[in-house]
Amino acid sequence: MYDLTYKKAKSCDAARELLAAADDGKLLAGGMTLVPTLKQRLAAPDMLVDLDGVDDFKTIMLCDNNLQIGAMATHAAVADSELVHTHLPGVAALAGQIGDPHVRNRGTVGGSVANNDPAACYPAALLATNARIHTDQQIFAAKDFFVGMFETALDTNEIITAIHIPIDQKCAYVKCPNPASRYALAGVCVARRHDGNVQVAVTGAGQDGVFRADEIEAVLAENFAPDALDAMSIDPDLLLSDMHANAEFRAHLVVQMAKQAVAKLQD
Amino acid sequence: MTVVNLVVNETPVTADVEDTMLLGVFLRESLKLTGTHVGCDTSQCGACVIHFNDMAVKACTMLAVQADGAQITTIEGLAAGDKLHPVQQAFIDNHGLQCGYCTPGMIMTAVDFLAQNLTTDIDEISTALEGNICRCTGYNNIIKSIQQAARVMGADEIADEADYV
Repeated sequence: MYDLTYKKAKSCDAARELLAAADDGKLLAGGMTLVPTLKQRLAAPDMLVDLDGVDDFKTIMLCDNNLQIGAMATHAAVADSELVHTHLPGVAALAGQIGDPHVRNRGTVGGSVANNDPAACYPAALLATNARIHTDQQIFAAKDFFVGMFETALDTNEIITAIHIPIDQKCAYVKCPNPASRYALAGVCVARRHDGNVQVAVTGAGQDGVFRADEIEAVLAENFAPDALDAMSIDPDLLLSDMHANAEFRAHLVVQMAKQAVAKLQD
Repeated sequence: MTVVNLVVNETPVTADVEDTMLLGVFLRESLKLTGTHVGCDTSQCGACVIHFNDMAVKACTMLAVQADGAQITTIEGLAAGDKLHPVQQAFIDNHGLQCGYCTPGMIMTAVDFLAQNLTTDIDEISTALEGNICRCTGYNNIIKSIQQAARVMGADEIADEADYV
């Protein structure tokens, strides 16, 4: 990797000051994407500011009918959290399916969300559940946050502190993982609020990253059952085609994953 | 350069390391602990798995400076003197290795897994090994080894769970 200076921040303020002093500083969370990127010389920051020392960012707690998950909570911590299991078991299950055990021990929700990989799992859950992304400067609704492939509404040097997910709902996430990387070829999160409102978000399949599946939502609003999607078809024109799966196959997967997610929510 | 203080296999270590040095390189080249293997160097194969504060992680995808203040265990730190860890012994007893390249990572992953979930369940063991690749494809005996270790460590036999053959 290119030469750089590493600094470990002990607080959000310290991280902000370190970033301000760098020409092109980058925040280091779990490093599960950033470290491989640096090793391949695909990025050349002059400074890494490690957030691992910011203990406030690791807490998982309830906050005004929201599950608050600190940006530096690892996937393993979310998957094992009793609070997450109690209030949003679908989110715990999602975290337990990311990558492999070693990735889950290091990778963080903040890092996943900031990177906005088009095949990452968390963006689908955040978009479907109307989560909010809290930063050191503002609060984003998920629908305003995920802008495009690997692109978010974050400003340069803005620091994600936590995500907040309303607990007045149930959600389920089902993905068809790439057998090698475990990234989603297509992953669907279905969230059903206690008042009956249904939202569906898709990851892994969209050319512009995560998106809401309006047609599926409309059908499920009328009839919340897997069978209701039997005749559903998704237009492959806006879906990804690559060596792993073509757009037509992904369109098929989206509907199948949605049906499985709905089935999980019917008990 | 940054000075790091850490504990490796219960021995305190202080070192001045390049900020860009990978943890796997630090362990192998600075500390000469070459039991940790670097296979793919792209965080896919799992040959480099070590325990970082009692959690299995891939040492090829961490910087040495990130380990400041950490407790690290490598494959060299697993045995108690001459007595091998039950997972190590089980790999010998069950021919759990062929070329042996993936073995340190397999064992470190298995030890962390059994510490959290002491089970002989084949599906759960297979899932735990998702981040480790054996290019000799010796997975059957690797799973058998982990089943034996689980039993030795006190796992209850699952009634309908035969040995993996």
